Amino acid sequence: MGRAATGFTICVFGLVLGVVALVVTGPGHSATPRDTLVVGQMAEPKSLDPATVTAANDFRILANLFEGLARFRPGSLEPAPALAESWEISDGGRAYTFHLRPNVRFHDGTAFDAEAVKFNLARLLDPKHPSADAGPFPLAFFLAPVTAVEVVDPLTVRLRLDQPYAPLLAHLAYPIGYMVSPTAAKAAGKAFGRAPVGTGPFRFKRWESGRQVALVRNESYWGDKPSLSRIAFRPIPDANARASEMLAGGLDLMVEVPPDQLASFRDPARFALHEAPAPHLWFLILNAAEGPLRDVRVRRAVNLAINKRTIVENVLSNAATVPAGPISPAFGAAHDPTLEPYPYDPERARALIREAGAEGATLTLLAAEGGSGMLEPLAMATAIQADLARVGLKAVIETFEWNAYLARVNGGLKGAGMAEMAWATNDPDTLPYLALRAEAAADKGGFNAGGFSDPELDRLIDAAREETDGQARAGLYRRIDRLVHDAAPWAFVASAKQSAVTARGVEGLTLEPSSLLELKGVRKR
Amino acid sequence: MRAYALRRLALAVPVLFGVTVVVFLVIALVPGDPALAILGSYATPESVARLNAELGLDRPLPARYLAWVGNALTGDLGRSYALDRPVLDEVLERLGPTLILAAAALGLSVLFGLAAGVASAVRQNGWVDRTVGLALLLGVSTPSFFLGLLLILWLSVGLGWFPTGGMGALFGGGGIVDLLRHLVLPAVTLAVVATAILGRLTRAAMLDVLRQDFVRTARAKGVEEDRVISVHALKNALVAVVPVIGLQAGYVLGGAVYVETVFQWPGVGRMLVEAIGRRDILLVQGGVLAVAALYVAINVVTDLAQAALDPRIEA
Repeated sequence: MGRAATGFTICVFGLVLGVVALVVTGPGHSATPRDTLVVGQMAEPKSLDPATVTAANDFRILANLFEGLARFRPGSLEPAPALAESWEISDGGRAYTFHLRPNVRFHDGTAFDAEAVKFNLARLLDPKHPSADAGPFPLAFFLAPVTAVEVVDPLTVRLRLDQPYAPLLAHLAYPIGYMVSPTAAKAAGKAFGRAPVGTGPFRFKRWESGRQVALVRNESYWGDKPSLSRIAFRPIPDANARASEMLAGGLDLMVEVPPDQLASFRDPARFALHEAPAPHLWFLILNAAEGPLRDVRVRRAVNLAINKRTIVENVLSNAATVPAGPISPAFGAAHDPTLEPYPYDPERARALIREAGAEGATLTLLAAEGGSGMLEPLAMATAIQADLARVGLKAVIETFEWNAYLARVNGGLKGAGMAEMAWATNDPDTLPYLALRAEAAADKGGFNAGGFSDPELDRLIDAAREETDGQARAGLYRRIDRLVHDAAPWAFVASAKQSAVTARGVEGLTLEPSSLLELKGVRKR
Repeated sequence: MRAYALRRLALAVPVLFGVTVVVFLVIALVPGDPALAILGSYATPESVARLNAELGLDRPLPARYLAWVGNALTGDLGRSYALDRPVLDEVLERLGPTLILAAAALGLSVLFGLAAGVASAVRQNGWVDRTVGLALLLGVSTPSFFLGLLLILWLSVGLGWFPTGGMGALFGGGGIVDLLRHLVLPAVTLAVVATAILGRLTRAAMLDVLRQDFVRTARAKGVEEDRVISVHALKNALVAVVPVIGLQAGYVLGGAVYVETVFQWPGVGRMLVEAIGRRDILLVQGGVLAVAALYVAINVVTDLAQAALDPRIEA
């Protein structure tokens, strides 16, 4: 053999030997350390400043670092005490007095007190506040009715509102209401999003771009200390890669399991599959301002024509349910339990369309290629198109990339007949208030892209917003639920369940209706 | 040689400048903007306009571009809207992993590509040639993202030989051995197409050279065959192969975009994919600039190597 060939052979032999050595000395299937929970996420967080983010993906990390004055009672979306031990509502719903939990400190040692609350709200709501440059704060408008924060004593703080605003507590329990350390926020400015400091059961350890966000146990947490000593959130955007990593044992917990991969994890010896309802709604905005869909009969016909059950079973692999109206059952008493989803009834749909004289109408259906909460937007659009064709409506699908889609739809449907949309909210007020009132029309800067308008609905929404008595408020939302169902400004198609997979040995995980992933009660065996 | 090197380097400046103009324009033409990406579902035309004004995105394109160039010349590539941190920090953090992956893949493809090409050429039309030829054809035609998933399913999920992705153990203590374990599959995936292209090209170039007079003369003079192949033939064939190695370096950097996505490799490629989705203009700009600079540098090195192999080129 020649010298060159010999040299090459030695090279290759060395390489192969090296690789074999790597395989042999390696730990076999990847295993995660016993005191550490490794969570597979869909994406890298945008920021860990709770005021700057809007994605459930980022909220899952924040829910372990931060706390608000209130939190959601486990298993519900009802506000319960957290950093505030109790509160009183006075002045006809225009004043909220919070009694703060004593002896709570932020991770950097700063005391949590009334001044800290004042700092937090001022940072969010006063554009001239020295720490406001960490923004923009896209969800700060949820707290906008707060006009003044009074420090009564170090452990008592009073919020003054310019109007009665019942959703306040639910928003204080959401990431926009999470309390950040004033010391750290002042010092870090815009960089706070990469060095977050809260009061939660876990502390921020480090963030390695594209690899992980690592948290460690907060040893001086005021409540029950977590059993886990570390959590690593790993961003794995590719769904196949995420599932592979879970199957290979590199993850203890994986959220947002793609529906077509649920089957891989139905192996009780290795995995546990968790599912829970979420206040998510996937709907078609119908153009109630122009064209054939101005007629409520045609809007109802669209609801009747779409075979929701088949879409949920075949396109979404049963990872969703069929909603009846705009208020999710996850909102408890605010949802009308007697309300049934529109049945699949092409006969009646055809009759209604004939009655309205809309036979053979052509409607543009705007569809996204993907996007937050949008499930399988293209496959769903195609299924809907076929269903509508069966009742004599011709849908022409126009697709957009998510970013471009939001720009197109949120500007108003303008010429298009229908548009896909999905929302997940934390209070029954949010969706109707932002997307169904006449005042929320797209040309007025709201999300009512279909231009639906009903004075009775507007009145109910405003009344529910001001009603601070929980039961009375829930009653108003039940009426809203039914009214919107009947008026059909949207076609109600699917409500996604939350899903997660845990590896064997991971215990104590519960998926909350809020989709906030609180891990302090999770243990590893 | 030095003048030639300087001339090549000087040419790189307008190239990089052109790259930034193209990237800036392309992103400006794509619908959707950073304000929308930041505000997400809660974006209204009003809030988008307000945020665009805050971010300075309401200024005319040429003004934005000139401002960016001005800052870039002082080493300030701006701030990522989406990540809330300086673009330069993020790009530098992500460049290392990409360099490791690309170097490993290129090394593998040069080693195996040259060897396969030489072996085929020396035994033209024999069984080695046919087998290698078939393998190279398969290699050229396999999409990397598919091969990557296949390798993960088979070697990682199935046999548990390698990690499914990432660049190292999450909790430290991994060291170089751990890095290599994580490197094997993505590097092989990325190397396959480049290996196949280099192999086929080396074979053609070698066959071409082996038929030339000076090779026959060398053999007639009694030079041993091994020396004929490795010194006389290969060195001359390399003149044709080296520029293609440079091209493959470009391919490997481009391919890193999806290989990094499939293998969760925390490099520039994956960063770019995410940044484009978020319309993070400055981060895309910075990332592409870094990759382009790298590519230009590789080309300069390639040109110099070629000049060293073939002194006629320098003239």
